[in-house]
Amino acid sequence: MATADGTGRSVGDRIAEHRAELDTQRVVLYAVLVGLVGFYLSPLWAGLTTAFKSQAGFINTSPLEPPTPAWFTVEPWELAFATLQGGLVNSVMFVVPATILSALFGSFAAYGLTKLSWRGQVGILVIFLAGVFLPYQSVLVPLRQFWSIVDLAGLLAFAPVLANRADLLELTITHTAYGIPICTILFRSYYKTLGDEMIEAAKIDGANAFGIYKRIVLPLSLPMFAVTLIYQFTQVWNDLLFALVLVTSRSNYVVTQSLNELQGSMAQEYNIQMAGAFIAALPTIIIYIVFGRQFAKGITGAS
Amino acid sequence: MGFIDRLRSRTGRRDREDRSERSRTDGQSEEPQTDGQRGELRTDGGSDVRTRGGLSRLKHSDAVQAVPFWLPPALLMGWFVYGAVGWNLLISLTDWSGLSQPDYTNLTLEMYTQMPNDPSFVAAFRNTVVLLVAFTVVSLVIGLVLAILVDQNIRFENTLRTIYLLPMALSFVVTAIFWSWMYNPSTGTINVVLSTIGLDFLTMDWIGDPRTRLAAIIFALTWQFSGYAMVVYLAGLRAIPDSHYEAAKVDGAGSLRMYWRVIVPQLSASTTSAAVVLMVFALKAFDFIFIMFGDNPGRSADILAVMMFRVAFSRTQWAYGAAVATILFLMALSVVAPYLYLQYKRGDL
Repeated sequence: MATADGTGRSVGDRIAEHRAELDTQRVVLYAVLVGLVGFYLSPLWAGLTTAFKSQAGFINTSPLEPPTPAWFTVEPWELAFATLQGGLVNSVMFVVPATILSALFGSFAAYGLTKLSWRGQVGILVIFLAGVFLPYQSVLVPLRQFWSIVDLAGLLAFAPVLANRADLLELTITHTAYGIPICTILFRSYYKTLGDEMIEAAKIDGANAFGIYKRIVLPLSLPMFAVTLIYQFTQVWNDLLFALVLVTSRSNYVVTQSLNELQGSMAQEYNIQMAGAFIAALPTIIIYIVFGRQFAKGITGAS
Repeated sequence: MGFIDRLRSRTGRRDREDRSERSRTDGQSEEPQTDGQRGELRTDGGSDVRTRGGLSRLKHSDAVQAVPFWLPPALLMGWFVYGAVGWNLLISLTDWSGLSQPDYTNLTLEMYTQMPNDPSFVAAFRNTVVLLVAFTVVSLVIGLVLAILVDQNIRFENTLRTIYLLPMALSFVVTAIFWSWMYNPSTGTINVVLSTIGLDFLTMDWIGDPRTRLAAIIFALTWQFSGYAMVVYLAGLRAIPDSHYEAAKVDGAGSLRMYWRVIVPQLSASTTSAAVVLMVFALKAFDFIFIMFGDNPGRSADILAVMMFRVAFSRTQWAYGAAVATILFLMALSVVAPYLYLQYKRGDL
């Protein structure tokens, strides 16, 4: 390669030149990377500064400036939290079970599939995989019709505590069902990499499919459960569409709905809106920062 | 866990030794012991035959035993996904609207035939395609650039990656609220920054003006999802064999061209999978637009996902909404089906 460019300069010269070029390249590289950090964080930064400013403060100062003591206030956070707290509780109540259930079902399905012959597996797998890409709009009308026919609130009339929460139960089941495809795909990609040897060994020990799942597959799946739970939690927590369609009573509003309502009712009070957005996003932000690696694994597993 | 650990360590060792000791049987599984003992047990023809005979019997019972695992999730998912898609198709053939119940006896294609004459549908369809293509292409390009930049052996790589991917962890509801504020005509960050750097003439009401509305949405969505493309490309870059990569890197002078000629073509698999996922995100961009504009963003920014919701749930024209939803489903299918087929052919499934 060195002779190909036909110059007769010494290697040392070329390396020195190369290095000088590299240094400027490095500087430019880091400058670009830092600039991009600015770009990616600017909406969050602008939101954060605004959330700590009074109304006069965010009107009169640039959103990129931190609040000065004259404009500083935590009132937006208190107001936003008061509006959102019911939604936060409701969200936790349905997101946690929906997340755990779809992860468990995904793990079951993936384990069951690994035991089928390749031919049998591939058809079922495609059915699961296609479900990952479903645009939810294409099931909304039947979904609403289905739940109005089932009438969960009516079925649960004997226990008013549950009947009042029927909307959330519907959401739990719905999210579980639509979470199964991606969870199955994530677990399957993991089970494919697990060696057969241990399972074969346990089989010869006389363990049946359930025993093998409980004693070997489940404990080995824990890292994948982390990935799946984090992915699914983020997806379900962040969803608005299903809640819009299924949750009708205000007392069952989930956090994205409450935030939507807050945004609509306080259209000009950007400070409260921003504080609300951060409060609603906080669980997912914390999970993302703590489990960034698992999150990245989850989203790339989707492809 | 002890049992697992023993099994795992044994399996690990076995993987490494697999080639030389292929014929070893699993007979010793009861007593995971020393290598010496295992050595004695290997290449035992008799037990080999026993295993083979046992395996075919096991395989049969395996398939049966697997059913309770995959069938319940498959049924639950199948009902909600495929059952609902079919039901949706059925509803789209009725003329169901308002508070009545659907009447399945008289099925026609009427809902579909009226679409080309509905300017609202035409606009939403066009915008959906524009959003789909522009958002996907821009996100891929930015994602690729990010991935290449992050891949230069830089310091703080993890931190940078975390920051670039962060928007993806946020809800559309949250990002739409942030971007409504960013685009605020008087005090929003975009206009403030533009006038600070002397580009006053560019400041405008980005989401108020119908001419820039769709572009503003695409820009914000790109901000949210380009990190995803970066992660996919980064995995692709790291999977390229060192030899190719080094050759391209050493050729410092023409590194840009080398990237274009050597590296990018090798990323076609990453590009395909990222593109498919991004396109599906674009079809799902409902939440974002709904928060910003409500259920009617106007002709300039209406997309099928929003139109479907408006028609069905605000105007209770259920059948027409279902028909729009079917079109959306077919669009997703036309993106995903070739991709899945390709994956299947490649054996990546």
